[in-house]
Amino acid sequence: MDNLNLNGNVPSGDLADKWTKYRSTLPLVAPNNKLKIEIIVVGTGLAGASAAATLGELGYLVKCYTFHDSPRRAHSIAAQGGINAAKNYRNDGDSVFRLFYDTIKGGDYRSREANVYRLAEVSTSIIDQAVAQGVPFAREYGGLLDNRSFGGVQVSRTFYARGQTGQQLLLGAYQSLSRQIALGNVKMFTRHEMIELVLKDGKARGIIARNLLTGELEKHGAHAVVLATGGYGNVFYLSTNAMNCNVTAAMRAVAKGAFMANPCFTQIHPTCIPQMGEYQSKLTLMSESLRNDGRVWVPAKKEDAKAIRDGVKTALDIPEADRDYFLERRYPAFGNLVPRDVASRAAKTACDEGNGIVPTGLGVFLDFSAAIERYGKSKANILGLSNPTNAKIVELGEKVIEEKYGNLFEMYEKISGENPYKFPMKIYPAVHYTMGGLWVDYNLMTNVPGLFSIGESNFSDHGANRLGASALMQGLADGYFVLPYTIGTFLSEDISTPKLDVNAPEFTAAADLAKQRIDKLFAIKGKQSAESFHRRLGKIIWEYCGMSRTAEGLTLARQQVRALRDEFYSDLYLPGVANDLNPELEKALRVADFIDLGEIMVVDALDRNESCGGHFREEYQTPDGEALRRDDEYAYVSAWEFKGADQDPILHKEMLHFDNVELKTRSYK
Amino acid sequence: MKLTLKIWRQPSQNVKGKFETYSLDNVSEHMSFLEMLDVLNEKLSFEQKVPIAFEHDCREGICGTCSLVINGQPHGPLQGTTTCQLHMRNFKDGETIVIEPYRASAFPVLKDLSVDRGALDRIIQAGGFISVSTGQAQDANAVPIEKDVASHAFDAATCIGCGACVAACPNSSAMLFTSAKVAHLALLPQGKVEAQKRVLNMVRQMDLENFGNCSNITACEAECPKGISVSNIALMNREFLSASFSSNDAN
Repeated sequence: MDNLNLNGNVPSGDLADKWTKYRSTLPLVAPNNKLKIEIIVVGTGLAGASAAATLGELGYLVKCYTFHDSPRRAHSIAAQGGINAAKNYRNDGDSVFRLFYDTIKGGDYRSREANVYRLAEVSTSIIDQAVAQGVPFAREYGGLLDNRSFGGVQVSRTFYARGQTGQQLLLGAYQSLSRQIALGNVKMFTRHEMIELVLKDGKARGIIARNLLTGELEKHGAHAVVLATGGYGNVFYLSTNAMNCNVTAAMRAVAKGAFMANPCFTQIHPTCIPQMGEYQSKLTLMSESLRNDGRVWVPAKKEDAKAIRDGVKTALDIPEADRDYFLERRYPAFGNLVPRDVASRAAKTACDEGNGIVPTGLGVFLDFSAAIERYGKSKANILGLSNPTNAKIVELGEKVIEEKYGNLFEMYEKISGENPYKFPMKIYPAVHYTMGGLWVDYNLMTNVPGLFSIGESNFSDHGANRLGASALMQGLADGYFVLPYTIGTFLSEDISTPKLDVNAPEFTAAADLAKQRIDKLFAIKGKQSAESFHRRLGKIIWEYCGMSRTAEGLTLARQQVRALRDEFYSDLYLPGVANDLNPELEKALRVADFIDLGEIMVVDALDRNESCGGHFREEYQTPDGEALRRDDEYAYVSAWEFKGADQDPILHKEMLHFDNVELKTRSYK
Repeated sequence: MKLTLKIWRQPSQNVKGKFETYSLDNVSEHMSFLEMLDVLNEKLSFEQKVPIAFEHDCREGICGTCSLVINGQPHGPLQGTTTCQLHMRNFKDGETIVIEPYRASAFPVLKDLSVDRGALDRIIQAGGFISVSTGQAQDANAVPIEKDVASHAFDAATCIGCGACVAACPNSSAMLFTSAKVAHLALLPQGKVEAQKRVLNMVRQMDLENFGNCSNITACEAECPKGISVSNIALMNREFLSASFSSNDAN
């Protein structure tokens, strides 16, 4: 394969008609043949559950896998803010093109036009589908759906279900999946983790799944394999991902030849609860929707910031004139609603300058007092109260805020022990989402025939930065409305392939490989836990491949990751046995894959000599500290071919062509 | 702070379990309960002992994976809070904490503090959905839904499927869990079409899974981390009764 010309297989024709035309000409699999074709779907988040349910409805024989005890536990459940759709229900000028444009621009022009347009196009069907399933989106008094605005855009196109949109959408998909399980169209394997991909004649034809209760390595075959296994944010150890989110399924595919695309594009979410101590296992997100009503600030004077850090003063002691609302100051057009990467870096800058407000120095305020006052006055007006007291206004305003964000405020208080209605929240950026992932073409198929990747596990739609409320949109678009069609292009040529025989040598070899990896880990008999290696890996990646990066730091990081890998394979302590429920073994296998992914990430970040989206290279910035993109040289997708831990990965490039948007410097000023 | 922990250890489903006592120093009040267990497991690892198996995932109170009965209460002492959101500031220095798995015959213990809650999935599979296939939906705003009705349905839909209601109930009843889904879907116009069939099938599955009956003790509501109301049980009983009289198409 020409390493400068990886082909995305984008169909020709006008952008706006491309998907509709392509969909009408895609090869189909006849209903009688679907009944003979098996598909493996790994993962039951929004993408996996929606894909498995829809493929089951279409008549395929679906086998679906999750390492959880139930498909409903996938981490999509934790998404708070909302889901975008170009419905234009607010009459504020939204359209498919505008959603497409915002997403391309928000992604800093590092995503594929055709994929993003398709995403915007099917977005409206997702809302229809979810409402029909009984997803209780927020409504207005007239009974119609409510919307709110979200970071990085100037229209209100986000549909939401209190602060639990991901939960409600996932339960919708889970319920559809449950219906297909009951009908026998989907066979569900819970507590099964994919630990090897099986190739036969160069095509993905099955997986080796470890039964997490018994430790048995099971061989499962199918005509095609779909990975819906989420992102790799936990490479940072501390992230807003769930504890068990991992990159193993994707890296097992990478080990078998699938390309990992743009791994250095990771999203640091600006509004998370700051880290409190070394024991900390995860970081908790506070929804971006809070920035609609919250104002981000730090004390303008360093001595005030220090006094707050030392507990001598609180936020309430700082007069209005001495507060630096740095997002509003630096980005007057978008203010607190700038995209995530911009907001995160601005918070880091404020803290690096010494104005941070938590003991570690890494924290800023998110303040709701202005919104409480504004809503309180408006409510008093509605109630016809003349001359309401300040206390009354605050009481009414707090009620409005509670209705909008009640569960988030409650969660904040439980974790931090502080009442966010009275004191501003303390927040700091944390790793939240990974735009990079398995390389896929327009059909969502990886470069390995028969291996598909959907949702966060692929790289396709968000470029270098994802806009808020777009992850749910992409997961469900892929699962409900894209993959069920495009998978036909591969399967239509496979209708005469008989059911896969799992006793074939390819399956046995893959199972042996998995067993060897497990035996190798047990044989080390060292002294350090998998967790401790994971924590150290996270520190390296966060330090050198986090919010800002340099060639020097990345070079050092690569050496450190390699040294850590050597130490892991010589000093890991693994308790228990292989043939049992053994969470420590699960963790060790995942950490091994995180280490390999970490190295590819660092290599990718080093290769990309520009700043764009979530990837900020200090060498490439404008005089006022904004990201400096280099379109002439870097308007491509980096797809890495893994050649083993001891070798350099090989770079394949997919050149990005922009025929419908003009590449502009992203400005939110 | 310093703690004494009495933790249920059980190597596997068919082996008898027992309490083991551990002591743990230097517990920070800012730690979450599960982070405290992480620290204990790390310590056990260093001592080359087998760590305690417990289930957890999102650690933000929404996935429903974490469980545990802490000092006799599912998800511990704090109301409306999952174990993962419980912080050590709610315990006292020197305290002895007893940690057990959920106890219910429908939730067999798998190992230590992990139990099998697959029965809850099977109740949903029996009818906890609206039968709409992808692509069949009309425009989302075609059917207006009164804000209060949508909000009421939402309250029921916030169930995280953790099973604390079953663990809290002296009869190990799953009525709160089942009724929350019945109510969520029966309240919405989209879910009314097959409401009768749904309630009959879900209740039948619930009984098949060996859950006990409801005797109006309401410990389920008290211990529910999401505050699901027992009024859903009343709603389910009404739905069930009227469906039993008027429908003959269960299944």
